[in-house]
Amino acid sequence: MSSVPRAERVHRPPDSWTNALRERIVSTVPPGQALPDRQPVYVSSWIYVFGVLTLAALTVVVATGCVLAVGGSAWWHVSSLGHFVNSLHLWSVELFFGFMVIHLWGKFWMAAWRGNRVLTWVTGAVAFLASIGTAFTGYLSQSNFDSQWISAEAKDGINSIGVGAWFNVLNPGQMLLWHVVLLPLAVGAITVMHVVLVRRHGVVPPIDAEDGE
Amino acid sequence: MAIPTRTRPVAQQGRRAKEDRTRDSHSFATRPYDLVKEFVAALIAVSLLTVGLAAIFSSPDEPAITMAGWAEAAPNDVVATAAAELAGTSTSASYGAPYNSAAEGQKVLRAPLQKWGGVRIPVDSAALVLAPLTQARADAPTMAALATWRSAAADTRIGWATAYADALGKAPDGNPAAVAAGSYGPVPVLTRSFLDVALSGGLEGQLTSSGNFYGGDQTRALLLLSDGAYLEDSARAQHLGGDQWGMMNETGDYPGQPWMWLYTFWYQVPPFSTSENADAQVWALMMVLTLGLMFLPLIPGIRDIPRLVPVHRLIWRDYYRDHPRRPGQAH
Repeated sequence: MSSVPRAERVHRPPDSWTNALRERIVSTVPPGQALPDRQPVYVSSWIYVFGVLTLAALTVVVATGCVLAVGGSAWWHVSSLGHFVNSLHLWSVELFFGFMVIHLWGKFWMAAWRGNRVLTWVTGAVAFLASIGTAFTGYLSQSNFDSQWISAEAKDGINSIGVGAWFNVLNPGQMLLWHVVLLPLAVGAITVMHVVLVRRHGVVPPIDAEDGE
Repeated sequence: MAIPTRTRPVAQQGRRAKEDRTRDSHSFATRPYDLVKEFVAALIAVSLLTVGLAAIFSSPDEPAITMAGWAEAAPNDVVATAAAELAGTSTSASYGAPYNSAAEGQKVLRAPLQKWGGVRIPVDSAALVLAPLTQARADAPTMAALATWRSAAADTRIGWATAYADALGKAPDGNPAAVAAGSYGPVPVLTRSFLDVALSGGLEGQLTSSGNFYGGDQTRALLLLSDGAYLEDSARAQHLGGDQWGMMNETGDYPGQPWMWLYTFWYQVPPFSTSENADAQVWALMMVLTLGLMFLPLIPGIRDIPRLVPVHRLIWRDYYRDHPRRPGQAH
């Protein structure tokens, strides 16, 4: 007969991978902070808008990219609608990077890594880098003169560090798959991590702010 | 209203945390804020802005250069490129890894990174010319020239092709018809036939199929095109040269990839602009700078700049106005 009190036997969850994962998920973000309806009073500046603008632009980038994928890689060369969707994709990417760079500079001047937020900064920087790679492979996947020239130039850079055989910029089939599968998955995953970390610790308080002010 | 946090309190976070007393935001006073409404508004605004920009500015789509287009626009360049491929003096023939072992490749701090990558995409430059001619089942003179080429010793082949490439270089406009008489073996016939194959429009397929119905790899075709002068001349005419910030630009008056400005910048300035190892050096430098960006919060001095330069006073001006510091208290 077990010596554990009956009440403890009832409420203590059994040791299992499922329970461990659930505990991990539940404890990652404080209760109510995953999607809060309140924000600290110091969140009062236009600079905060650029984080959500970056996410909004990323949404438009993915959506327009999906429409381009429906038509296929050559569709936009032969269809005026396809060309317009390509234009939407291009300009949403330009906006995405513009918003992201302003967001990054804003977070730099806030020293937003304070208060155990270093990983939040690191994931943001990695998201920026992965986005550059994604955009770059997009330029290589256009199947036009830009793709020819950019790939011809880029091969020297990537070959010079010995990885050109694995990431062959002269192979548009490989670059297209990196552009539409591997790198978007990386950007998506790191963005989710970044947003979860932001919600975990909340928006960084002003420099030298006292607790609870 | 202060919301309790479940993350570890500062006192439990070790020595570094003791120095950095910044708290989670959940312990600060709050006000109502509709995050979902903000995102939806941002999504609508960005969508409208995107539609406006796309409608007004469209997007560039300069057609790709075809081999037939290259042959029509610059036939002498095609012949010169073919001769260089046969002589083994073209850019790709003397490139090194990953295409061949003809060169050591670029180095960083004496480390031959390019060589270490290995020859994993072997490309025989002479085959870029000979394989299409063979597959095209050309006329009798071409087949005879191919047979002559194949039966000759390697040194003899190189001698013919090098002599012809040099002669083309000396001819007015590189015109094959104006080349001085010399011992070129079958090379003039081979290069002329190669030009004919290119003009026929069949060269792309012969360079990309590799015996496979689905030819998705353009490596050999792009190497051949890059070995000629026409591609670069076309790019420079559009201000896309390597020393024209070409890596971040695109055709027409479009913004291109301005986020690559720093990478492109290094190619414009010494010592990179004059270095034989510029690519490897720029990559190495960018990797260091990238690590610096990622781990900027851990770099003393740089991480202190935001505290020393009071841009944060502007960002949080409402907060600082409502929470003035007491005398002697830092801000």
